[in-house]
Amino acid sequence: MESNAGTLSHPLSEAGRAKAGANVRDVWKEKGGTLVAGLLLPAFAIAIWQTAGSLGWISARFLPDPYTILKTFRELAATGELGADLGISLQRAAIGFLFGGSLGLLLGLLNGFSKTLDGLLDPTLQMIRMVPHLAVSPLIILWLGFDETSKIVIIALGAFFPLYLNTYLGIRMVDRKLIEVSQVLAYPRRKVLTRLILPAALPNILLGLRLSLAVSWLGLVVAELIGSQSGIGFLINIGKQDGVPSYIFVGVILFAVVGKLVDSFVQALERRLLKWNDSYLG
Amino acid sequence: MAESILEISSVSRVFVKNKSTVTALDRVSLNVKRGEFITLIGPSGCGKSTLLKIIAGLDTQLEGKVLLEGEEIVKPGIDKGFIFQEPRLFPWLTVEKNIAGDLSLRRPEIRDRVAELIELVRLQGFEKAYPKELSGGMAQRVAIARALLRNPKVLLLDEPFGALDAFTRTHMQEVLLEIWERNRTTMIFVTHDIDEAIFLANRVVILKPRPGSIRGIVPVDLPFPRKKASSSFQELRIKILNEFEKVDDLELESGFVI
Ligand SMILES: Nc1ncnc2c1ncn2[C@@H]1O[C@H](COP(=O)(O)OP(=O)(O)OP(=O)(O)O)[C@@H](O)[C@H]1O
Ligand SMILES: [Mg+2]
Repeated sequence: MESNAGTLSHPLSEAGRAKAGANVRDVWKEKGGTLVAGLLLPAFAIAIWQTAGSLGWISARFLPDPYTILKTFRELAATGELGADLGISLQRAAIGFLFGGSLGLLLGLLNGFSKTLDGLLDPTLQMIRMVPHLAVSPLIILWLGFDETSKIVIIALGAFFPLYLNTYLGIRMVDRKLIEVSQVLAYPRRKVLTRLILPAALPNILLGLRLSLAVSWLGLVVAELIGSQSGIGFLINIGKQDGVPSYIFVGVILFAVVGKLVDSFVQALERRLLKWNDSYLG
Repeated sequence: MAESILEISSVSRVFVKNKSTVTALDRVSLNVKRGEFITLIGPSGCGKSTLLKIIAGLDTQLEGKVLLEGEEIVKPGIDKGFIFQEPRLFPWLTVEKNIAGDLSLRRPEIRDRVAELIELVRLQGFEKAYPKELSGGMAQRVAIARALLRNPKVLLLDEPFGALDAFTRTHMQEVLLEIWERNRTTMIFVTHDIDEAIFLANRVVILKPRPGSIRGIVPVDLPFPRKKASSSFQELRIKILNEFEKVDDLELESGFVI
């Protein structure tokens, strides 16, 4: 039976792929098809989970059923508590990302362009990169205390490196043959930067942006779990202290959903900005 | 037509690479007349690209002198157009923006010129296309338009159609001749293909390797459009092939000495 399902879905998706270039509607149809197919298993799991919970096979103290989690979500949302926590978490992640990410972008650009600066800074940065930033977060908290600064530093530290490394690489890997074209066309120096090097490095910079955002979000989770009086991580901690597992579930699901949304946003941005890119497949 | 626009006098170029030296060019001299179409032909490694890069100002490590309209060439510039073997378009720019390059399409005179050139290289309808949507021949035509927009005094082409299939290649040769007949831009065109060299040129310059130098110059006085199958075309072909055989004989002799 399993093999049967496999042979059924395969030729369908193959056919869809073959036509994909020609017809946009086919692409959507196929995308919709794979979306439905992809949701089958989770839906099945949730159904079993719910049934098991309703029949009392699993203790709600350990694993609340999906409906209970949904109810908790609605209650928390209704009091405004959840919105406030989410707002604070988002704000922390955003501030940390802005600091770390923009510093990473800036140093990536500078070191990419200047051999002197590169020689001065890069070895040190590569050394720091080897230190797992989440492992030193207790130290950061010890130094800076439990207030906002320490959280933002933890997040910024994580956001820095992906943008730094990818921006730097993007600039250093610009095709020499295109540089030669800019010479032959006598581009002024400034335009070599703005019209050639930056656009050529853009795919890498956007990749760095995407990774930086993901790491920022991860840093936020860790920072809030280690200690905070607000935010989604705080909600999870309360769930742990008071023995309300559905709080933990609501928190974890929110972390996951927002993380995915942010990632999808950057992906959409990539699709828009990199539609010229031959190797970019979305 | 009689006045020379480009004077190459006794140009040598030696590459030094971990103690071994390669003489890519050895005292090459050539005068190119204004509006002339020169094709450079010769076996791989005889210094064709090296010579073209020197004229373009991309390579300045030379002995001897190259004068463009009496002035020494010291750096690349828009007065020396260059077409590479690959189109080398900027993949993030549309066709029209690739042609415009660092010049703004918002300037009406640029916009008009770009539109004119797009028509000249027969790419109407593809103004907004990205390079990945073009065939090799189309992309190379964009590269040609990009060079022409700058009104170069001389257009240097380094095996520009080498990567194209035979049909596209013939078509591109016709397009290039059409452009040349209209603009009378001085052309220096490198190729491996004897037919291509004869089909396009006023003069075919034959180079030989080790060290790279001019073996002979064959004027082509056939009227345009030329027929590759005609007997006069074939005669020239044999003449040039004979020149190559002389080169081979020389190499054989030196081979025996070693
Ligand atoms: N940057 C370089 N460094 C060292 N040697 C070089 C360099 N560029 C060219 N040469 C040498 O100079 C000689 C001529 O090279 P060039 O590229 O001009 O040949 P070519 O006639 O264009 O050959 P092809 O038809 O294969 O393109 C070759 O022996 C090559 O090895
Ligand atoms: Mg070459």
